[in-house]
Amino acid sequence: MKGKENRFYRLLNLHIPLILLLLFLLFPFYWTLVTSIKPARELYGSVVTYWPRQITFEAYKKLFFDYNFLKPMGNSLLVAFFTTALTLFVASLASYSFSRFRFRGRRLLMILFLTNNMFPTVLLLIPLYAIMRRLGILYTPLALVLSYTTFTIPFSIWLLNGYLSDLPQSLEEAAMVDGANRPQAFTRIILPILIPCLIATGVYIFMTSWNEYTFAVMFTNEESRTIPVSLKNLIGQLGVQWDLLTAGGIITIIPVCIMFFFAQRRLVEGLTAGAVKG
Amino acid sequence: MHNRKSGFWPYLLVLPALLVVMAVVFIPAFNAVLMSIQSYDLRRPSEIGFIGLENYIGVMQDSLFWESLWRTLLWVVFGVGFQFVFGFILALLLNRPFGGRGLARSVSLIPWVTPGVLIGLMWRWIYDGSYGVLNDILLKLGFIDEAIPFLARLSTVFPAVIVTIIWQGIPFFALMLLAGLQGVPGELYEAADIDGANVFQKFFRITVPSLRNTIYVTTLLRIIWVANSVDVIFNMTGGGPAYASQTLSVYIFNKANALNLGYSSTMSVILTVLLLLVAVPYLKNLFRNQEN
Repeated sequence: MKGKENRFYRLLNLHIPLILLLLFLLFPFYWTLVTSIKPARELYGSVVTYWPRQITFEAYKKLFFDYNFLKPMGNSLLVAFFTTALTLFVASLASYSFSRFRFRGRRLLMILFLTNNMFPTVLLLIPLYAIMRRLGILYTPLALVLSYTTFTIPFSIWLLNGYLSDLPQSLEEAAMVDGANRPQAFTRIILPILIPCLIATGVYIFMTSWNEYTFAVMFTNEESRTIPVSLKNLIGQLGVQWDLLTAGGIITIIPVCIMFFFAQRRLVEGLTAGAVKG
Repeated sequence: MHNRKSGFWPYLLVLPALLVVMAVVFIPAFNAVLMSIQSYDLRRPSEIGFIGLENYIGVMQDSLFWESLWRTLLWVVFGVGFQFVFGFILALLLNRPFGGRGLARSVSLIPWVTPGVLIGLMWRWIYDGSYGVLNDILLKLGFIDEAIPFLARLSTVFPAVIVTIIWQGIPFFALMLLAGLQGVPGELYEAADIDGANVFQKFFRITVPSLRNTIYVTTLLRIIWVANSVDVIFNMTGGGPAYASQTLSVYIFNKANALNLGYSSTMSVILTVLLLLVAVPYLKNLFRNQEN
């Protein structure tokens, strides 16, 4: 009797609210997927169907063949890849410095980095546009790589600093006693241990650059357009074609979701460590 | 620590990151201030030049600015407020043991990794007045008698975009609070059980105080991000109809797209100052923590 009552309460205060919340969070994705595989006839019919009566991949085919969606995917990949490489490089150097040395101005510099993503994107957008145009790199992938590197530096330093602070100093000290200099100690001892953390941080950087829209829409043209911009541009050419849009949406989030699931545990650990400790 | 001998190393290592940040944040931020005191409208290139505080006076007299600012306040209060409430509920649920918890934790984070453009477009389709699934559900449940064009109506458009931003922000709150919950020592609850405390007493006397710092940091970060967010509203409504869903960031973005760069710089400088005021306690906290 008691067990049954418990199960009833659990249903009431755990399972039902959890299912409702997850339904709210996940339904839009289900709906996007279902929309993308419905034939247009059914999509704009008088009855809304919750599972397609007829499944078609016409929208996906059109995206790749008629709308050349591979082009913006390639652009996004290029931008995200170089942003990730550049950010990881500069952020790991900086966070190594923050975690291993105590020097004048350290605190000020750390705060400088952490505050830089408090500036509204709209504040930086306009002057950056002017600067990029003057430098002649507007509409090239470099414009986005530079911008995204800056946004992702603060969180990357935060993440890597957290991971590095957990590694004991004695690791490098031992190597340096054996005659290695500091760069050698870093590349031979610290870097190999840090690789999983670098991957997790890299995933965060990649996702951020892959997803960004506001800068991308101003800093790219037909040639250098990234996925979020192309997605939005599907509207307006021939009104809104929801099957194409939702198919484009599914294509956009699949790579991000896959990467996120692989790196999730370490990323979440690193992300939350600062807030919980701090 | 062994700092005396390290000499130039620490500075050299920070330098590359510092250069990028300087070039992309601090110099443009300075330029934005300069642009805000100029007439800088790319459609009127002959008039470009310094005009002192004229833009600022113009902004103060712009009723659309005040409306957008007010809307930003509502957007932040309701958006972040409900993100917090539902994020907290989700964190509490995901902290309890049940089968499939790992999977539930992973999938509940997906909205957080979804691009803002896609979020805007997905919800625009859900809210659609003719073929939208929300109307279909509400009609079938008998809550409404005829379909509502949520994003085309002045009275429903702003609540509709707020629901979307709430949806986007729940996972981040849940993620941070869940990590906080895992750090609360179980003995506290055991002791409270012995004293005969009920669920609510335990929640308000143990859980909330233990999470105070997490709540504080997460809420401030969210306030800043939500206030700055452009892509969700821009892709759902563009700020319309009749500016009914235009927050200040969206107004600035629209003005910049209309090539009036001076005026939009002025508004973004004002927005930045307002957000810095919000962030001051956070920065103080950060500064204190860096000391030890």
